[in-house]
Amino acid sequence: MYFGRVYVSYKKSVLDPQGEVIKSGLTHMGFEKIESVKQGKYFEIKFAATDMENAKQELVKMIEALLINANTETYRYDLKELGD
Amino acid sequence: MKAAVIQFPGSNCDMDMMHALKDFKVDATLVSHNETDLSDYDAIFLPGGFSFGDYLRSGAIARFSPIMEAVKQADEAGKRIVGICNGFQILTEAGLLPGQLMQNEHPGFICDEVKMEVTNPDTKFSRDYQTSEITLPVAHGEGRYYADQATIDSLEKNHQIVFKYQTNVNGSTDDIAGITNQKGNVLGMMPHPERAIEAILGNTDGRKLFESILDN
Amino acid sequence: MVKVPEPMRNEPSPEEIKKNKVYLDWALTTEEYDLICDHLHRLPNYTETGLFAAMWSEHCSYKKSKPVLRKFWSQNERVLQGPGEGAGVLDIGDQQAVVFKAESHNHPSAVEPYEGAATGVGGILRDIFSMGAQPIAVLDSLRFGELNNNDTKHLVNGIIAGIAGYGNAIGIPTVGGEIGFDATYQGNPLVNVMAVGLLNQADMQVGKAEGIGNRVLYVGAKTGRDGIHGATFASSDFDSGVEKNRSAVQVGDPFLEKLVMDATIKAIREHGDAIVGVQDMGAAGLVSSSAEMADEAGTGVLLDLDKVPQRETNMTPYELMLSESQERMLLVVKANQVAEVAKVFEDAGLSAVDIGEVTDNGKYVLSFEGQTVADVDVNYLTNPPKQVMQETAPKRLTQDATQQYQPEMTNASQTLTDLLKQSTIASKATLFRHFDSMVRTNTVIKPGGDAALVRIKGTSKALAMTTDISGRYTYLNPKIGGALAVAEAARNIVATGATPIGITDCLNFGDPDDPEIYYELDKSCEGINDMAKVLNTPIISGNVSLYNETDGQAIYPTPMVGMVGLLDDVEKATTINFKNADDLIYLVGEVRPDFNGTELQKMQTGEIKGNLNDFDKNIEKQHQQLVLAGIKQQLINSAHDVAEGGLGVTLAEMTFNTDFGANVKQAHPVSWYFAESPSLFVVTVKPENQTKFEKLVGDQARLIGKVTTDPQLKLVALDQDINVNKNEIEKGYQEAITWQLNH
Repeated sequence: MYFGRVYVSYKKSVLDPQGEVIKSGLTHMGFEKIESVKQGKYFEIKFAATDMENAKQELVKMIEALLINANTETYRYDLKELGD
Repeated sequence: MKAAVIQFPGSNCDMDMMHALKDFKVDATLVSHNETDLSDYDAIFLPGGFSFGDYLRSGAIARFSPIMEAVKQADEAGKRIVGICNGFQILTEAGLLPGQLMQNEHPGFICDEVKMEVTNPDTKFSRDYQTSEITLPVAHGEGRYYADQATIDSLEKNHQIVFKYQTNVNGSTDDIAGITNQKGNVLGMMPHPERAIEAILGNTDGRKLFESILDN
Repeated sequence: MVKVPEPMRNEPSPEEIKKNKVYLDWALTTEEYDLICDHLHRLPNYTETGLFAAMWSEHCSYKKSKPVLRKFWSQNERVLQGPGEGAGVLDIGDQQAVVFKAESHNHPSAVEPYEGAATGVGGILRDIFSMGAQPIAVLDSLRFGELNNNDTKHLVNGIIAGIAGYGNAIGIPTVGGEIGFDATYQGNPLVNVMAVGLLNQADMQVGKAEGIGNRVLYVGAKTGRDGIHGATFASSDFDSGVEKNRSAVQVGDPFLEKLVMDATIKAIREHGDAIVGVQDMGAAGLVSSSAEMADEAGTGVLLDLDKVPQRETNMTPYELMLSESQERMLLVVKANQVAEVAKVFEDAGLSAVDIGEVTDNGKYVLSFEGQTVADVDVNYLTNPPKQVMQETAPKRLTQDATQQYQPEMTNASQTLTDLLKQSTIASKATLFRHFDSMVRTNTVIKPGGDAALVRIKGTSKALAMTTDISGRYTYLNPKIGGALAVAEAARNIVATGATPIGITDCLNFGDPDDPEIYYELDKSCEGINDMAKVLNTPIISGNVSLYNETDGQAIYPTPMVGMVGLLDDVEKATTINFKNADDLIYLVGEVRPDFNGTELQKMQTGEIKGNLNDFDKNIEKQHQQLVLAGIKQQLINSAHDVAEGGLGVTLAEMTFNTDFGANVKQAHPVSWYFAESPSLFVVTVKPENQTKFEKLVGDQARLIGKVTTDPQLKLVALDQDINVNKNEIEKGYQEAITWQLNH
């Protein structure tokens, strides 16, 4: 069994309205040194694969098919094999 | 004309679209997202709502519904395809229209009547509009049209932008409210013409859109 | 010795429960616990104690409010179903009926505003479709602390987003309601949600577990540990250290609820003969829905808990029974037709599981991993011991009503301008804009009018609906205040042209064991009841929310009245806005110097006090009938009732969203333009209809001025005139809430 953690965020140039609102909220609360806030999405996926290389390929396929919209989003991931 | 209104789990403007089409005496049928054949129909409507809860991204999961292959075939056959609100979001996710609908610039759902401009009155969907300024209802949380500059330039160049907001309520790039594909047979728009066809509800500016579609 | 099932190993034994008084944590008193032991002739186990704690909570049993609720009048020629079911039902002709109910979600919304409000919408919608009705509209009646407080802003944003998040997604329009602000609700906001449904009378369902051998079908979401003991949580007041209560809040899934709603309505329409009873799993989830259905039918029920669809592992019977996971329904289905009903749900991708049967022994029996884990009498479980409640009139109520507040009137134009910016009066459009008010394409009058109006497709009819709260008035005089809430709601309905036909309510009060609070509850309900009888609007459903206190301080006694009206011809609907220049402006009724509890008193002194003048309920009714007749005969082309802020604010609001102004002259002091007198309407009439209209109204309405093309609001009085540019005051009125939220 493999365990992938996927982090999705907006590409640099894309406006993230929620991030902006959170930033302004935090600033109002007194955290005045904030430069920027970006909100993203986080996924944990457990799945079977034949080996690490196969797991990597499968995970990337899943991410690019559904988890992100390539117009606006980018991602990174980490992947590990789970013990029993 | 025979029309199909696609019903995804979570669609909630499907019955409104049926009601509107029937008002125009269109032979309209609700078609489940699990169906795979749309060859009987002349026009396909993807209604508003929250297909699959709009979880992950609006329209992202609906585009994997079995019916979407048939929608693509309908496009290849040059049939008219109309995506309203969530339907627009599904069409962009499915790649039938360029760009993407993102969260409104000021987060939160907005329901309002918005002035807009018919920027291209020569499409299959807008040719009956005689005035360039109309008012249509909007109701969405993710209606900010986004595309990169090259895409926007090509939309402009090919006259694919059908409607633009006069008051840009959601921060859409280039004030875009509705576009067609390059061939001109697929329309996606965030405003709800089906909510604007009866005087008793206070707005009839959507009627011309339906008349344009029916006007062969 | 029986082997204890694994998940239950850590539960205290019956002896430990007694010794350590575990039940006290669940708000069950020692007296109640002892009664249960006596009744059972043994000590209840952990599961059973939990069942009683939930079922005997005020939230489920209404044990403390029942003596008051029993007095409500709820029968007339229209009533098909009164209180006691998911929702009340009224006949509207053509074999159709309107179904409605209101429910509070105050406590969950205080703790987790978004989910609390969202699940409030989800819960009340289930009450409507469990009757077999298609929900057609939602209204929200909200109260917050003062808007200049950061916590209030957080609550406002969260609660509005929660209602929007759920209502918009499920596709039921939020068409109205009202929002108010007062320091009394600081820390204890009110989230009262009313839902309205449309029913074909042949499809009507009730929550009844009839027919021995019939099956109990569980449909919808799986059960998790969320909201365990939400019911008892809502039945005890909470202190500011709310963090520990966090686990009592459920998370809603409007997508799933839409599937459940559509499938339930479809099952009832297509397999109505197979379905014996339907009930939503709301407060105290599985136990409450199943026990109430059995009690209603006088039967017993046997549930096999191993069959309950579970989202988490290792759940105990206690957790399964008390979970308040959302989007679940319980159906009682004829034994030989389970498969056909289940198929409707399975086709929609939902679980539909046979979890038990209706029995003839009147027992509530639960089996878990092959063992009986609860065995109690249904009737005993659902009927807590009768309560004797103490009442005392609070001291503040002994004041003389003749001592009315004397307003300061140095610059009445400025007073009007300022009043329109008060958070309670100012436009809430920027908040209501977040709600989809148009989906289903039936909304004729959208939020912002007196009442919302929703047409019924395929007929010429429409339903008017509104909610009203008069917390300040009920605080100053519970009985008159209660009556005023009903009268005001009815005026809102009448102003659209619809005839009021029925009432639902949410009774938001403090700790009922405080005799002064119980007195407020009793008297407010008396006022509601008296007015309801005069207007022929039976009280067909409702909800009680007690313990609305923070750190021992109760909110104002705040009954919320939800009302529905019927309009036969939707084309005759009337709105509040002026229609043409030169139309004649009439005042129905006469202004009195009523200043106690007014927005003006609040604005000028920062508090409300004094007593209220009484009013004549029959005159109230006459005025309403007059306005209805004028609208029906198409003599009246705009109508608006006089409420917060008085006649001045009413006239100002009638100019908004138009290009018109108004000239009005009254032979009274200028301050009276801000008096909040009952039974008043402002209506406009075309000059050519003057004679006809005056003949109709006689001396009950008086010509006070006319609509002008000049966008100026000119209100003449004896001592001082008000003269303001209507565009300027409208700007203040429109922008005040946004400004206050952002500063």
